[in-house]
Amino acid sequence: MSGITAPADTPRGEARDGVRVAHRQHWGWWILVAFVVLCTAALVKMLLTNDNLQWHVVGEYLFTRRILQGLLTTLALTVLAMVLGTLLGVLTAVMRLSPIRVLSSVAWAYTWFFRGTPLLVQIIFWYNLAALFPTIDIGIPLTGPVLFSADANTVITPFVAAMLGLALNEGAYMSEIVRGGILSVDQGQSEAGAALGMRGGRIMRRIVLPQAMRVIVPPTGNQAIGMLKSTALVSVTSTAELLYTTQQVYNQTFQTIPLLIVASLWYLVVTSVLSVIQYYIERRYARGGRRELPPTPWQRFQRGVANVRGRM
Amino acid sequence: MVEQAADPVAEREVVLRATGIRKRFGPNEVLKGVDLTVLRGEVLCIIGPSGSGKSTLLRSLNHLEEIDGGRVELDGELIGYRRRGHRYVTLPGKQLAAQRARVGMVFQSFNLFPHMTVLQNIVESPVGVLKQPVREATATAMALLERVGLESKADAYPRQLSGGQQQRVAIARALAMKPRLVLFDEPTSALDPELVGEVLEVMKDLARDGLTMVVVTHEMGFAREVADTVLFMDGGIAVERGRPEDVLLNPRQARTKDFLAKVL
Repeated sequence: MSGITAPADTPRGEARDGVRVAHRQHWGWWILVAFVVLCTAALVKMLLTNDNLQWHVVGEYLFTRRILQGLLTTLALTVLAMVLGTLLGVLTAVMRLSPIRVLSSVAWAYTWFFRGTPLLVQIIFWYNLAALFPTIDIGIPLTGPVLFSADANTVITPFVAAMLGLALNEGAYMSEIVRGGILSVDQGQSEAGAALGMRGGRIMRRIVLPQAMRVIVPPTGNQAIGMLKSTALVSVTSTAELLYTTQQVYNQTFQTIPLLIVASLWYLVVTSVLSVIQYYIERRYARGGRRELPPTPWQRFQRGVANVRGRM
Repeated sequence: MVEQAADPVAEREVVLRATGIRKRFGPNEVLKGVDLTVLRGEVLCIIGPSGSGKSTLLRSLNHLEEIDGGRVELDGELIGYRRRGHRYVTLPGKQLAAQRARVGMVFQSFNLFPHMTVLQNIVESPVGVLKQPVREATATAMALLERVGLESKADAYPRQLSGGQQQRVAIARALAMKPRLVLFDEPTSALDPELVGEVLEVMKDLARDGLTMVVVTHEMGFAREVADTVLFMDGGIAVERGRPEDVLLNPRQARTKDFLAKVL
């Protein structure tokens, strides 16, 4: 606030040094604010007065056991698919950047296939895997002895099919995100590591990946939030996640709108929680990137209060 | 040490020997058979116009650059390759890393690890690669920081330091591995003019203490004052070498004269 000279006849009076900075007033902003306030008021009125929303039904179902179990399945799917997908993504990205041709080709083909077909098709495909392979055999391809064999329908339950579909698709996207992150780290960093006697794996783990995280985390947060909502696609394979559970309920009670609101509220809650987690992870990996860490929302709030007090 | 430096480096042991180093990038041959010998405690300065191959030569000495011909030996051990019949085969990563751990390197752009503090930068490799106990590595690191005048910056992040301070940390980081020799790749070229002096002072101090150094530099004053041997390169060839007072003040080759006329 201080240190900058401004015309002395500022509207808010004088500070300690007799001079203070006045921000220009934009009257157009006030028109915009008025417009936004009006629209918000109209929306709130609709939400409160439209009987078709049936808020009492929303309240009734929001915390029922069945819905909460659906939510739990959605969360489990999101976390499992995201963790598996990220691991696959890191592996594929490192393979893709490998000088060994076979590895980079396999990684490229994987990304090409799983990014190139719709997620919904992949999920349905995994769900119907038994129609393609009635039994799943593990052994040496084409000739060798079979080490393990099982009925596809017992191994690939709807939940496993859903998880595989989501994770394999996610891996393809994550691999591109991780690859971009690795490529964003200056080549000199790997050289410095090598000159200090580090081997490839250690350079990747200790030097390159921690720096790549700054580039990887923001889009990964996006992916996690996207994944949460992609789990709704799994409802087509009758996996009892959040959407499928609400569908089951409203198919019996015909209270379609309030139950969709129940699902939406839960999706919003989880998305908000994920956003907060993302914020703090980003903050952690900003270390050394800037001279000062960005303030947390609480610190920002405190500074805001101090600012307002200073003006009064 | 001063007497020794004045004395021609005659009976000291050979630390590094490079013979007939060749390197090409595509159709462009940047090193056309360069020889190099570094004795223990010797300071060798490599000078020459940009594009003369001096940085590539330096980088080939610890196999950061693969070479197309010739050989580099550290204490008599072949660097980067293993002989198999009539061919040289690149060593596996583990052995390459072990060889590089014995050669320190300081880069033009510092290349400190920005996500680690100064202290973490220095102890990372002694702890992770040499398996030194953390306490011992930390003590060594603090002593080295004191030596480069930065003991108060141990917990700072590289980006909070000036270029000159970063380069002094990078030197401490290289020394923490207790290398047989340290390669300096234009260590002051990325620095603001007023920060060059502090880095050169540290390097002079190390030279006085008998550290074996190979320095690619544009600082002719430093070369004249500190070097035992100066090597002038041009067009991928070692054109002239000798004591600094000979090469820098009374060059015999026309190309050396031309270059010095431009930079001095």
